[in-house]
Amino acid sequence: MAKKRAKKTTARARRTMSDLDKKTLKLVERTAETVRRSIDGRRLPELKFPIRSLSNVRYEKKTGYFELGRGRKARALSVNTVKNFAQTLRLMSISKDMVENNDFATKREAYYVSKNWGECKFNEQSESDAVMDDIEALASLDGLAREQLRYYPEEHGGSVAGNLVVIDRDSETGGEIRIDCTNFGSGSYSIPHAVEHLKFETKAKFILAIETGGMFQRLNNHKFWKTAQCILVEMAGVPSRATRRFIRVLSDSQKIPVYCFVDCDPYGIANIYRTLKVGSGNAAHINRFFCVPNAKFLGVTPQDIVDFKLQDATHPLQAVDIKRAKDALKNDPFFKAHKPWTTAIQQLLKMGVRAEQQALAKWGLNYVIEDYLPRKLKEKQKFLP
Amino acid sequence: MSSQSATPTLFDLDQPESAVAKKRKSKKTPAASTKKAPSSRRATASSMAERQREISVSEFFTKNRHLLGFDSPLKALLTAVKEAVDNSLDACEEAGILPEISVEISQTGENRFRMAVEDNGPGVVDTQIGKIFGKLLYGSKFHKLSQSRGQQGIGISAAGMYGQLTTGKPVRILSRTGKRKDPVEFHLTIDTARNKPEIHHTEVIEWDKAHGTRVEIEMEARYQKGQRSVDMYLKQTAIANPHLTLHYTDPAGEAVSYPRSSEELPPETIEIKPHPHGVELGRLIAMLKETKSRSLSGFLKEEFSRVGPTVAKRIIKDAGKGLSEKSYPTRIAREEASALHAAIQKAKISSPSTDCIAPIGEKLLLSGLEKELEADFYVASMRPAAVYRGNPFQIEVGIAYGKPGGVGLEVTDEGRIRKKGKAKAAVEDLVGAADEPIRVLRLANRVPLLYQQSACAVTKAVIQTNWRGYGLQQPRGGLPIGPMAVVVHIASVWVPFTSESKEAIASYPEILKEIKLGLQECGRKLGTYIRKGKRIKREFEKRSYIEKYIPHIGIALQEILDLTEKDRDATVETLEDVLHKSRKF
Repeated sequence: MAKKRAKKTTARARRTMSDLDKKTLKLVERTAETVRRSIDGRRLPELKFPIRSLSNVRYEKKTGYFELGRGRKARALSVNTVKNFAQTLRLMSISKDMVENNDFATKREAYYVSKNWGECKFNEQSESDAVMDDIEALASLDGLAREQLRYYPEEHGGSVAGNLVVIDRDSETGGEIRIDCTNFGSGSYSIPHAVEHLKFETKAKFILAIETGGMFQRLNNHKFWKTAQCILVEMAGVPSRATRRFIRVLSDSQKIPVYCFVDCDPYGIANIYRTLKVGSGNAAHINRFFCVPNAKFLGVTPQDIVDFKLQDATHPLQAVDIKRAKDALKNDPFFKAHKPWTTAIQQLLKMGVRAEQQALAKWGLNYVIEDYLPRKLKEKQKFLP
Repeated sequence: MSSQSATPTLFDLDQPESAVAKKRKSKKTPAASTKKAPSSRRATASSMAERQREISVSEFFTKNRHLLGFDSPLKALLTAVKEAVDNSLDACEEAGILPEISVEISQTGENRFRMAVEDNGPGVVDTQIGKIFGKLLYGSKFHKLSQSRGQQGIGISAAGMYGQLTTGKPVRILSRTGKRKDPVEFHLTIDTARNKPEIHHTEVIEWDKAHGTRVEIEMEARYQKGQRSVDMYLKQTAIANPHLTLHYTDPAGEAVSYPRSSEELPPETIEIKPHPHGVELGRLIAMLKETKSRSLSGFLKEEFSRVGPTVAKRIIKDAGKGLSEKSYPTRIAREEASALHAAIQKAKISSPSTDCIAPIGEKLLLSGLEKELEADFYVASMRPAAVYRGNPFQIEVGIAYGKPGGVGLEVTDEGRIRKKGKAKAAVEDLVGAADEPIRVLRLANRVPLLYQQSACAVTKAVIQTNWRGYGLQQPRGGLPIGPMAVVVHIASVWVPFTSESKEAIASYPEILKEIKLGLQECGRKLGTYIRKGKRIKREFEKRSYIEKYIPHIGIALQEILDLTEKDRDATVETLEDVLHKSRKF
């Protein structure tokens, strides 16, 4: 079986292999080689993984995201680790095969692939996800993400519209495909699972990352991207990995700022915005790829509720909202590091209310396009960090 | 504790049957007779006197055979064999002969069996044959304090009596006392009314034995294999008597031999004088009457062990009541004797000497267990001698645990654990199954006890020991569960049985304590073994688990590094090797 697979490595796949792919292969082969050398040296082999927990995470204000510390856990071959050990190596082997054949597997598919491994198979997808997280953490040390290992998340990316040309590759011919994001009419461009190979052309001045599909629709249908010379990205709640990576690559490569437009509540602030900006605590190993450190918080801010007289369009904070806000103040290294944020969250808690993006409709359906956003964009220095 | 305590208990028992004799002289006539004679004429003292007469011991036992262990046909056969074998062993040892005993059981009728026990002992002189085999309460062992199997002098004659009672046949005895003496055959019955032997037939015969005795008794009985069978008794006898060679032929004609594992007789046991603390008031009075000493202090020093001039002086002083060292023993009255008894109990007297006890010995007990019980682990321990009520005794404990082969795993030199070859199934096994209560083998002065297990001090001590600490399961208030046999031997100049049938040992606190200490000593070693077995089993399971996944590591490495099948297999093999070496055991 293995030999067959090795032969299947076609010239086509080799030809189109990018530097990242070569790096991925090298990682897999190096790991296997280390294991084999230990065995040949008559030592029990071990795999070293970065520790994936908040205790091994620090917030780097300079780079602007959570970073993995130096903590490593060695997984030596033992009763407790042997199954995991074998599964890790087998998943890496599949990864190598996929890179060579320019294929991919979703996490769910990877779980099903293991069903062919006899007693080595995963019983639950959560098991394969955990092993994958470990491999990803290992790969992250080499600057590689899971997508490079060809394991893709199930969730798709968000939608994009605006002044942007995405240059993709034809999976058959390898030729260039130019996608103009102004030409989707009332629809939009959908961010693919892997974005590493994409190239961009744009004259936009900023990217506007929007929480809800409804708000995205409104801004897209009224061609706000044209009047404001921007790119609209719909996050649909907490942004997926692909969405975050897309925004990051786009922002980095075109050197344009990112403005975040979400609900004014602890979820919009502490979950959606914080994740987009610095990544999440429990996936610190991948934050360096998936965070968008140069994102800024456009609104809706607690002060906006006052400035735009939205008090009567608010709802009281729920118990979970209060807990989340207090937790952010107390434990979240990102908010603790930024004074304006602590002030803003305290203000929100004091008001005891939350306001959605749609609350602006109180002043008319297109108030957001005609008044709110232009006014906010005039005072960019007032954006929260 | 001797005649005073032994004899009265026989008659004090409130058995309904034992009361029959007494009921004859009771005031109330049975309901049946009152119906026949409603006019009810009362008995007068003189009419009652006519019916009052002495009860013969033999007559008493005829009616109370259960007291001696002849209460069921199954038990009767065992008891008869047991009494005969005990006598043979005692005789051989006393004569300094390495015993070789044959036991044959043959079926003579539907419910009839003949048992024959033959030994190479010193034989019995003609004049004594009648009394030994045909008179109850006659013997050499009752009056002296020394360790022997028999104690009361009723066993073998009771067996003969039982045979006579159920089949009407006499006991057949062959005896030869030396090479130059003629072997003689006797047929003997007991006159139960007068407790006297009647010899019907005496004949000089041909016998190739230089010396020895053979007893044949035919009786109504039942033969059955199992935990309380003659077979089991003989097997345990072989364990308890490593110097004995035993041949056994069962009713089916199957012969088994238990060759001796020791060529040494147990050390000769010394007769000791009673220890003051073990003497009851009645016995003390009797001794005072019988003594030949002419002074009280002389009496104390001569009739008891461990009493010297100082101790005697202190006892007499403590007793007061006008007693002096020179008091004449036979003239001491009951009240003074009572004071003397109290003073004796209070006095500090060193423990009796213990050289009068001959235990089996740790080594011989262990080799006996190894020879007769199929198990994987053996341990034995011997307690130092101790004293209950002035009687020295000594406890020995042995444990046989596990089916041969243990957990069925072994560690090789390369550090690998592998399965051992299947051990053969034991035929008649004294070690129980893993999910059954353990077997308790009780030995008293080298005699196996098979009945009344739950009433015995040994069983109580086993139950009271916490076996969970040694890795066994144990239900509350019960015997532990496991493939195990515990052997407990009590050796004493006087083993305190709960009844004359000698089936259970009385639970004196000192005896219970010593048994428990012995069990604990063995238990600790057993615990180490069981834990090791559990550990090796766990380790084996762990390694098997690991080995399940090693091929997958091989496959992954092959796929990633493009290895050949040969390279892959070599890597897998090396990895397994490294694994076994790295896991220390």
